[in-house]
Amino acid sequence: MIDMSPNLVLVVTIAVLFTVGVYLLLERSLSRVLIGVILIGNGANLLFLVAGGAAGGPPIVGVTPDGEMSDPLPQAMVLTAIVITLGMTAFLLAMAYRSWQLHRHDEVQDDVEDRRIARLAAIDELAVADSDEEGPVATLDEEAAEAHDETDEGHPAAAPAGEATR
Amino acid sequence: MSDLTWVVPMPVVVPLFAAGLALAMYRRPSAQRIISVAALSIVLLASVTLLVVVDDGPLVVDVGGWAAPVGIDLVADRLSALMLTISSAVTLCVLLYSLAQANDDDEESAPISIFHPTYLVLAAGVADAFLSGDLFNIYVGFEILLAASFVLLTLGGTGERIRAGTIYVVVALLSSVLFLVALAMIYAACGTVNLAQLAIRLPEIDPGVRLVLQVLLLLAFAIKAAIFPLSAWLPDSYPTAPAPVTAVFAGLLTKVGVYAIIRTQTLLFPDGRLDDVLMWLALATMVVGILGAVAQDDIKRLLSFTLVSHIGYMVFGIALATDQGWTAAIYYVAHHITVQTALFLVVGLVERAGGSTSLTKLGGLAKLTPVLAILFFVPAMNLAGIPPLSGFLGKVGLLQAGVAVGTPLSYVLVVGSVVTSLLTLYALVKAWNKAFWQTPPVERPPVRLPFGMVGPAAALVAVGLALTFAAGPLYAYTERAAVALTEKTPYIDAVLPDGQRGKGVSATFDEDDVAGATHGTDEGSHG
Repeated sequence: MIDMSPNLVLVVTIAVLFTVGVYLLLERSLSRVLIGVILIGNGANLLFLVAGGAAGGPPIVGVTPDGEMSDPLPQAMVLTAIVITLGMTAFLLAMAYRSWQLHRHDEVQDDVEDRRIARLAAIDELAVADSDEEGPVATLDEEAAEAHDETDEGHPAAAPAGEATR
Repeated sequence: MSDLTWVVPMPVVVPLFAAGLALAMYRRPSAQRIISVAALSIVLLASVTLLVVVDDGPLVVDVGGWAAPVGIDLVADRLSALMLTISSAVTLCVLLYSLAQANDDDEESAPISIFHPTYLVLAAGVADAFLSGDLFNIYVGFEILLAASFVLLTLGGTGERIRAGTIYVVVALLSSVLFLVALAMIYAACGTVNLAQLAIRLPEIDPGVRLVLQVLLLLAFAIKAAIFPLSAWLPDSYPTAPAPVTAVFAGLLTKVGVYAIIRTQTLLFPDGRLDDVLMWLALATMVVGILGAVAQDDIKRLLSFTLVSHIGYMVFGIALATDQGWTAAIYYVAHHITVQTALFLVVGLVERAGGSTSLTKLGGLAKLTPVLAILFFVPAMNLAGIPPLSGFLGKVGLLQAGVAVGTPLSYVLVVGSVVTSLLTLYALVKAWNKAFWQTPPVERPPVRLPFGMVGPAAALVAVGLALTFAAGPLYAYTERAAVALTEKTPYIDAVLPDGQRGKGVSATFDEDDVAGATHGTDEGSHG
């Protein structure tokens, strides 16, 4: 019977990797998201090692007696997972680079629906302000900018919204 | 058992091999075309063969000769054979369509040398996910198809596609990590990731742990299948891709998630403790999805929302957890794959004829191209569930199954699905009126649609109609599939004939090792 109580150091490391990874995944910059994905992926890989039980000798018939071997199956799975993460990381990197080529930043942009709602909200604000007394234009712009969570100022999709508020 | 087991790995091996060949031939587009069409035709042939053969019992292949629980096994049972057949028919049609499109213009399909190998890899990944009898191999299948889908979605690397692709890729990676965590947990709890062995071992472990595993797996699959709270990524990312790519994604990728849910819910977690939750999620998916579709002005986005909405019907069938429910759900998956793909292909033609996908800019297409009008009208009515068509039959099956269960919640779902069906009709009729009947804002010159594109789209519409005419035999087939899913024994017995080992080689196997629960004495062939 293999001892199945997990190694505490591994468990703590996994917890740290997942925490940091989740934090980074919530960032807007694609390169930080990428690092987050790598960290979480490695956390999951370590989890597999824990799942395989306590470490033993190399699992080669003839080298280690039967009862003292490590479980080779999770290691094989971890290897597969590492290769897959490598491929995905390469793709994400390429995409972040392409995004930088196109926009000079690699921020994850708002989706179309978000932008449309932000634009409508900005127009609505104008209507309300007009029907009321004359609101200061600066506040309106600020509010539009707040609703319109886009980082690149000169983005074509952002331009009509900016025009509409004026 | 006949000796047709060699057919089982074909749908995975042939496209993968062809993908390598197509990549090597990147300088010769014509050779690439021949390779892709030939490979996918072979896959279709193999799938149809499997569909017929496995009606007598599942076929199992222990890959590389390694015995099942440790080695990887491919299992073709009725459910996976049916899925394979529909998906390979769809992939072949979409490939022919994209070939004609590439012939006709080289605007959207510039990196064609990449398109073919990637498309074949996608087909291989889908087939692998359907055939795998091993949870980790399902993960690998998912990754194969996801990696291919990343490339296809960002084909050309334009700003809009990179934007859509970023969200899609990050969400997909997140669901993969969740799946991986679930796998590690399952291995820690059960010492295996083989589906058949899990079906034996999972009932023996602590119910609380089992619930955690089930939730984790459902979470990972629900992101892939775009079930409501986890569906926001789909309508945003799909519409930006080229029409054939959107069509094949809409048809297949979400259904792979649905397939994985069906497989795990029936085989691994038959106690149905999350069925009520799934019911509510199904309702939310249906209603929220279709309300999104009603609000859309772009026909591609409209269809993406109906796609999300109709995933709800399948989840409804799964959550009923009766033979009847599963029968209807499987039939609905088959119907929905063909219809949704056909609609997206037709919308590709609409874009070509009308110059836009925005409903405010389109108009008068019925007069301009009557063929296109028919091609849009038939699958649209099919999706909405107008009587003689297969969408109606699938929905009636689900409604009957829901009424048969008879709980208040299932009646709520029955009402919800009828309302959703009506709203689907409303959204599609609105699209029809605006795109085909309203006076065009700008007069368009008459266009001749290339036959190579109309042909495959028409073929898929015809397959959708065939599902109506062949509904009797097909429904009987899905019913037999559902019964086998409930029994579970045919699947488990086929994979592990003696209850412990598959038919392949297993090096130093003696009974004491197994009794001592040391799952560490055999070489693993994962990796």
